Amino acid sequence: MTGTAAGAAPAFVEVKRLAVTYGDAPILEGVSVGVAEGALVTIVGASGCGKSTFLRILLGQERPTGGTVAIDGAPIAPEPDPNRGIVFQKSSVFPHLTVRGNLMLPFEIAGGGPLARLFGARRRAARQKADAMMERIGLAHAADRYPAQLSGGMQQRLALGQALLPRPKILLLDEPFGALDPGTRREMQALLVELWRETGMTVFMVTHDIQEAFDLGTRILVFDKIRHDPQHPHAYGATITYDIPLKGPVAEALRPATPANLNVKDAF
Amino acid sequence: MRLINQRPGRVGAILLGAIPFALALAAYVVGSAVRRAENPQDKLLPSLEAMGTAFARMAFEADRRSGDYLLWVDTAASLERLAHGMLIAAGLAIVVGALIGILPVGRALLSPFVSAFSLIPPITVLPILFIVLGLGEAAKVGLIVVGTAPLMIRAVAQSVLDLPREEIIRAQTLGASTMQLTARVVLPQMWPHLVRAIRMGLVPAWIFLVSAEAIAATEGLGYRIFLVRRYLAMDVIIPYVLWITLIAYVLDRALALASRRLFPWAHLSGDAL
Ligand SMILES: Nc1ncnc2c1ncn2[C@@H]1O[C@H](COP(=O)(O)OP(=O)(O)OP(=O)(O)O)[C@@H](O)[C@H]1O
Ligand SMILES: [Mg+2]
Repeated sequence: MTGTAAGAAPAFVEVKRLAVTYGDAPILEGVSVGVAEGALVTIVGASGCGKSTFLRILLGQERPTGGTVAIDGAPIAPEPDPNRGIVFQKSSVFPHLTVRGNLMLPFEIAGGGPLARLFGARRRAARQKADAMMERIGLAHAADRYPAQLSGGMQQRLALGQALLPRPKILLLDEPFGALDPGTRREMQALLVELWRETGMTVFMVTHDIQEAFDLGTRILVFDKIRHDPQHPHAYGATITYDIPLKGPVAEALRPATPANLNVKDAF
Repeated sequence: MRLINQRPGRVGAILLGAIPFALALAAYVVGSAVRRAENPQDKLLPSLEAMGTAFARMAFEADRRSGDYLLWVDTAASLERLAHGMLIAAGLAIVVGALIGILPVGRALLSPFVSAFSLIPPITVLPILFIVLGLGEAAKVGLIVVGTAPLMIRAVAQSVLDLPREEIIRAQTLGASTMQLTARVVLPQMWPHLVRAIRMGLVPAWIFLVSAEAIAATEGLGYRIFLVRRYLAMDVIIPYVLWITLIAYVLDRALALASRRLFPWAHLSGDAL
């Protein structure tokens, strides 16, 4: 659960001297961290210090200016792939597909050829698997609704469920619950932890909620600038200033306030 | 209550909407009556009855020379040209718009050309079209395409570029290839914008259709209007103009309705005209 010492076998996710510069403004510099498989890493830091940028690099959406990122010993693919799922703060599920349509899409992409369409028995199988996930994230009652007809919490559950269907090894979450009310947020946290335990995937979660970061993570990374020039506040980039191992998801933090909330499915 | 918060009811809205029409009609009737009181032979503002008679003659009496029912022959000819022109323009908008919107390479290749092309005043191309394609249907359809395609291509391409970046990323994390992403994420969300682009394109399309027909045609709504202009036949021209307007209105409404039916998800929020 801690960074690899020099000479030890590389960790599952190995980031070495990562640097990102936009124009001539350094955003990240000297970011080195090794993360073991199955960790739930929470990331906190001041607004604008480069947390989302770090996730974009892990996702392969952007190339770093310097340094390397390797997953399972191999350099990361320079474009997004099904090994790395993502949930953004802003819902990014597909507005033209219903809840069920959104959850069927990963199967249609995997087995539906160039047009990503399944027919007959294979379509029914995909539909069954989609419905199972729909049940799992508590959206069975909203199967035929479009995302615009869902609440923010429901949209995020859909985004989470959809992101998990390709069975990513790594799940990246960028302030996924930031826009949710406290009750809904707790349910979402509980759901995330359950799914993380079931799948054994490695999770990176950016959050602005320090409590959430400590309650959920098996490890917390704090991003900040170590060097600071008062004359040129943007002269230096941020790096990881604290890297603290945690016990992992705190049971009582996740327990809903009232038993009525226990059933995630009826929450809305 | 503030004026910005006062909303008319259903009936109120219809009545309010009718007022400008009623005023325009009343102004015409009065003007026409005044002129005809001065000179019963006046042709500029014919009475409603005269226009009704002329319109009925065009619609329901066979022409003495050709034996055709002129209104329907003209309407069919014009609509056919319009349909062909819009079909080609829409096809171009889909293919070129998608290439520009989806592929950075496509954008680099085609976007400057489309931008430059869209600056050509289409009507100046008409003589070229007549010379190259002859005076037949092709030149008239061609003018409609030249006049509408660039703007439709740009509208469609922009709608693709406006898709949230997060959606495109997410589709890739689900494993989608470029083709799959196009087929399942981009194109389905492009269709409602294509319908909008067609509605938008129909406005210049009518202008270029009537212009082309005015110059070289043997039938068509624009041809007829410019033909009878020689005889100052306002009793035919005005009903024809209203008829064209009615067709344009019905087409626009039909497309708007089709979009609502076919793409309900695209109309879940916001007011649209
Ligand atoms: N495409 C870009 N071009 C130039 N600068 C950028 C770009 N994207 C982000 N930045 C800058 O990089 C810095 C880090 O941005 P980033 O979004 O990673 O911050 P963050 O830590 O996620 O902030 P927040 O907590 O507010 O989400 C910001 O100063 C931002 O202005
Ligand atoms: Mg951010």
